[in-house]
Amino acid sequence: MCHLRLSNVSKRFGTQEVIRDLDLSIEDGAFVVFVGPSGCGKSTLLRLIAGLEDASAGTIEIDDEDVTQLPPARRGLSMVFQSYALYPHMTVRANIAFPLRMAGLDKAAVDRKVTEAARVLNLTDYLSRKPRQLSGGQRQRVAIGRAIVREPKAFLFDEPLSNLDAALRVNMRLEISELHHQLGTTMIYVTHDQIEAMTMADTIVVLNKGVVEQVGSPMELYRRPANLFVAGFIGSPRMNFINGREAAKLGAEVIGVRPEHITLSPDGGTWRGEVGVAEHLGSDTFLHIKVDGVGQITARAPGEVDLRHGETISLTPEPGKMHLFGKTGEVIRTPEGVS
Amino acid sequence: MARTVSTQRKAAVTVLAWVIGLLIFFPILWTVLTSFKTEGEAIANPPSFLFFDWTMENYTEVQERSNYLRHVVNSVAISFGSTLIGLIIAVPAAWAMAFSPTKRTKGILMWMLSTKMLPAVGVLMPIYLIFRDLGLLDTLIALIIVMTMVNLPIMVWMLYTYFKEIPADILEAARMDGAGLRQEIVYVLAPMAVPGIASTCLLNIILAWNEAFWSLNLTAASAAPLTAFIASYSSPEGLFWAKLSAASTMAIAPILVLGWFSQRQLVRGLTFGAVK
Repeated sequence: MCHLRLSNVSKRFGTQEVIRDLDLSIEDGAFVVFVGPSGCGKSTLLRLIAGLEDASAGTIEIDDEDVTQLPPARRGLSMVFQSYALYPHMTVRANIAFPLRMAGLDKAAVDRKVTEAARVLNLTDYLSRKPRQLSGGQRQRVAIGRAIVREPKAFLFDEPLSNLDAALRVNMRLEISELHHQLGTTMIYVTHDQIEAMTMADTIVVLNKGVVEQVGSPMELYRRPANLFVAGFIGSPRMNFINGREAAKLGAEVIGVRPEHITLSPDGGTWRGEVGVAEHLGSDTFLHIKVDGVGQITARAPGEVDLRHGETISLTPEPGKMHLFGKTGEVIRTPEGVS
Repeated sequence: MARTVSTQRKAAVTVLAWVIGLLIFFPILWTVLTSFKTEGEAIANPPSFLFFDWTMENYTEVQERSNYLRHVVNSVAISFGSTLIGLIIAVPAAWAMAFSPTKRTKGILMWMLSTKMLPAVGVLMPIYLIFRDLGLLDTLIALIIVMTMVNLPIMVWMLYTYFKEIPADILEAARMDGAGLRQEIVYVLAPMAVPGIASTCLLNIILAWNEAFWSLNLTAASAAPLTAFIASYSSPEGLFWAKLSAASTMAIAPILVLGWFSQRQLVRGLTFGAVK
């Protein structure tokens, strides 16, 4: 069991406040993803939970125990680092066994646990190798193995897939999600990649400049973003934002409409625009269209659509799918009603 | 695109490297050769290079006149003793500066290095007087203290450079895995830093072994290391080149052998971090 609660947590480096007065509660067994742009404080927040950074203010509780002043080893958490952080002079077996040795387990128990972790992670054939003799994916598995054997209260992942190529990243994403289902242990995962966040998380925490912008399930954030920042960050390609006269017509400062919520037609429609770049992904085509009086709009079309650069086309935003934002960027109406 | 180097150019560079290498090595070779000559042949003009009457009499006489073994023991005690104490001080210092740097770390490192720019003779008088008053003149303790202080900045710098190359993530991973400070050092940092620590030790031993200024000024007989032993052959009654060369050869032989066998380690240590 691991219920984690952060209350009024702040972190300052010198005069710079990286985390500001943050409150957050993470339920037992959840897969929580911290997402946000570079420098938003997500890694710092993870390191505060891990105990690798001291909080400047506030308290961190694990299972109702205040761990704010406890060193990392006594918090019962495991962490997987972006750089894998394997011990280069040790074999895979010794790397995985290290936390168990530190915990003082006898040799038989260590061997049993290492063998089991290696089996789960398909590392059995590599146990006698050194980290430098492994591929990126295998190294990441060793790092996960080292985290698993401790049977921690929660796993912390700090951008663990950033150093892998795109194909491997997708595989590892699935493996980590599968592992979460198998173990049922709380996982806290940091990424700047919103696709990773959307595909893996039960709960997403969107951070910006050290502040939590919104907490919710992936679909909640997609359907009902609380503000312009979340609306722009969640969803790929990002939401189109339209201001000026078009927004004023609907009584908003800014209108948000996702590329998949725009209908294209040869004529008629709400706006007319000129096709710019067309990105063909096979299943979909993303069209970047210049609309007079509105600006640059991205629209999703079926994969086989054949529109050329410079052609004119009509666009109609689906009326029930528009997000309206006020002056300070707060949402004033979501597609599912008034916020 | 990789640069192509012509065969002639390669040959020219090789010849140049050999010439420079031989020029640097020549004084040592000449000293060794002279040690096998008679005093007469040692000062003969023109000098003979290889074709002279080879003799061991200089070595025999040096052995009879001086207690070579005692000087060796002194040199070993001073170089290894100062290295050990230096290491005990330098490892935690370099550790702190590498892994818990403050805004003054760079300044402290530069200040430490700047002490190497001070001419030793500038502090001879105070150090001599302090050691005299403490009754430490002509003792091994005095030279071990001085050698430790003289070489400490270099030791800290070398170890700092080494430790900086160790990713902080790995030490944090060890902390997360339940390692305390002692376990972190013993199981993670030390095995990763062994090459760096070994290079630092080797360089320090060589520097302390070859040091002459403090040895000559702070020792007389009982604590004199091999450098003072060599100097004792440039006596007021005249220079005996052959015997001086024999004494020099005997003094440099141990460190030359150590340097030869550890050259790979030394080069790696001195260039660590410079190339990846």
